[in-house]
Amino acid sequence: MAKKTYRQAINEAIASEMRRDPRVIVMGEDNAGGAGAPGEQDAWGGVLGVTKGLIGEFGAERVLDTPITESAFIGAAAGAAATGLRPVAELMFIDFMGVCFDQIFNQAAKFRYMFGGRAVTPLVIRTMYGAGFRAASQHSQSLYPIFTHIPGLKVVLPSSPYDAKGLLIQAIRDDDPVIFCEHKVLYDETGEVPDEAYTIPFGEANLTREGKDLTIVAFGRMVNFANQAADQLRRDGISATVIDPRTTSPLDSETILDCVAETGRLVVVDEASPRCSMAADISRLVAEEAFSHLKAPIRTITPPHTPVPFSPQLEDLYVPGVPRILEAARAVMQH
Amino acid sequence: MQYSREFLLDSYRTMATIRRFEDRVHDEFATGKIPGFVHLYAGEEASAVGVCSHLDERDVIASTHRGHGHCIAKGCDVTGMMKEIYGRRGGLCAGKGGSMHIADLSKGMLGANGIVGGGPPLVCGAALTAKTLKTGGVAVAFVGDGGSNQGTTLESYNLAKVWNLPVLFVVEDNGYAESTASGWSVGGTQAGRAAGFGIPCVEVDGFDFFAVYEAARDLIARARNGGGPGMLHATLTRFYGHFEGDAMTYRAADEIARLRAEKDSLKIFRAKVGPGGTASPGDFDAVDAEVTAAIDAAVLAAETDAPPTEADLLTDVYVSY
Ligand SMILES: Cc1ncc(C[n+]2csc(CCOP(=O)(O)OP(=O)(O)O)c2C)c(N)n1
Ligand SMILES: [Mg+2]
Repeated sequence: MAKKTYRQAINEAIASEMRRDPRVIVMGEDNAGGAGAPGEQDAWGGVLGVTKGLIGEFGAERVLDTPITESAFIGAAAGAAATGLRPVAELMFIDFMGVCFDQIFNQAAKFRYMFGGRAVTPLVIRTMYGAGFRAASQHSQSLYPIFTHIPGLKVVLPSSPYDAKGLLIQAIRDDDPVIFCEHKVLYDETGEVPDEAYTIPFGEANLTREGKDLTIVAFGRMVNFANQAADQLRRDGISATVIDPRTTSPLDSETILDCVAETGRLVVVDEASPRCSMAADISRLVAEEAFSHLKAPIRTITPPHTPVPFSPQLEDLYVPGVPRILEAARAVMQH
Repeated sequence: MQYSREFLLDSYRTMATIRRFEDRVHDEFATGKIPGFVHLYAGEEASAVGVCSHLDERDVIASTHRGHGHCIAKGCDVTGMMKEIYGRRGGLCAGKGGSMHIADLSKGMLGANGIVGGGPPLVCGAALTAKTLKTGGVAVAFVGDGGSNQGTTLESYNLAKVWNLPVLFVVEDNGYAESTASGWSVGGTQAGRAAGFGIPCVEVDGFDFFAVYEAARDLIARARNGGGPGMLHATLTRFYGHFEGDAMTYRAADEIARLRAEKDSLKIFRAKVGPGGTASPGDFDAVDAEVTAAIDAAVLAAETDAPPTEADLLTDVYVSY
């Protein structure tokens, strides 16, 4: 198998689905780039080059650049999805959901239910989230719990190149609106990615480490930190299971509950703000459904309840990291 | 030229300060000392300075991601700005905001903005404050050609009109939004859009300080006197990439060299004043030297200032807890 970056994996997933299904289109700001400009066309391929090359293969009728007008084009993608296309729309930074949220949560998310089950909205919104880029308060948030809160939306958080490709192909083939959240720090991460198309079903967690003493549930970029922590704990004689739920909606509750039943200890690692977060959601699930199995209080690891700071020193303190996971793991083990 | 020597040198000084500030940020970014996303305003100086020359402490501006020039033109301290861009504790926003969020409310600078189209609604609010409290103030939104397509911007035109707010929308059309040409992304014209909302629009050569200054004077006076919102559409260019690190392959090969040679607002300013003007070439050279020293000092201060501390992480989320 070839080693590929997270960025390449995403590009490949889109390209292979565009080859397979003429109804799949791509749209977003500078998704090709250079529109109307005197120099290179396809100059950008998105702000971090993820969609580069698509316009060369599929042409400007299927790879559409947009003006800066998220309400209109995200809404157009929803409308196109409800009427026969399968758009993959890019919301450059998840933070920009603020500009177009109505079209996502009042429109796309609710068509099927409001219309009595008589609509399908095969829309994918790819969007970049997360801290670590020194990009400050309006370009660094991890807002996926807000989407997870909305019935009708599916929410995907790929943590590796392999998952990114399989989950994105699944998202494009899925008939519901999917918010596909790409962590900006992961684009250059490499991993084994098959050349051929494959899907990873939604709602099936991945056990990235297996152990019997402790369960760590982690999301997105935090999965890598949880893996590193688990490897370190193993050297100290503590064996941890790491669960990457891969999708927050649907959520693989069963795997989480099974693992907690076995280990009796739970640490949840979430890059989102702590209130009404995935950390809170998983804690609620386990407290309600697996209380009798718990040998120690649940520990959650999240950033503080603050916006994401600009200063590198503050941002590094803000983002949860391996030391905090280790500290929590050791604390629940000693309980 | 009817302008006083003092006015000419002050205006030139502010423009030169912006240019020097941006050139230094460009150089320092390349060395890896400056974190994050940085969008430079070099090339667009005549717009910020030509407009803000008419503003005083009653007045408020809202800027964009390309905000350094607007901050300087509205009187923000360059050392505080430089420290902010370096993420230092002594920065104008205590290192929490960075380049895209520099603000100084005490100077009527409501913030650069990370959200394209974030500023125009805020400016309607600032104008409402001025109108309600009868301060005599006006509010100015700087908007890019790309930002001119955002719903929030177009809605703000309408709101400013129907509430008859003292607002000026300055559309800074530098030809590109990221890599996308404004000729491609803007449907209709800026003036046509303004007309559609019943707002007067003046089209101006954004490389020419004096042209901007004169056009802005009338629109701002009109707004200040209760005449309602106006639009200034300035055509200009940015000398650097969309952000630092942009290879700019979408621009023509000789585009920037040509623009720097023919459309440098500082050179145009000097040429308009002319060799026999009330300010002499020697005067301008002296200002350049003064500005260079000031920016050198700002960079040194930023490099040696301390970063924020762990305790700073949790403060400033709310006024009261
Ligand atoms: C709501 C929103 N959409 C997209 C972006 C990403 N973005 C930042 S600047 C920019 C281009 C802005 O172009 P323009 O308004 O012409 O300003 P210029 O950069 O030319 O000064 C884009 C697309 C953003 N910051 N906010
Ligand atoms: Mg522009």
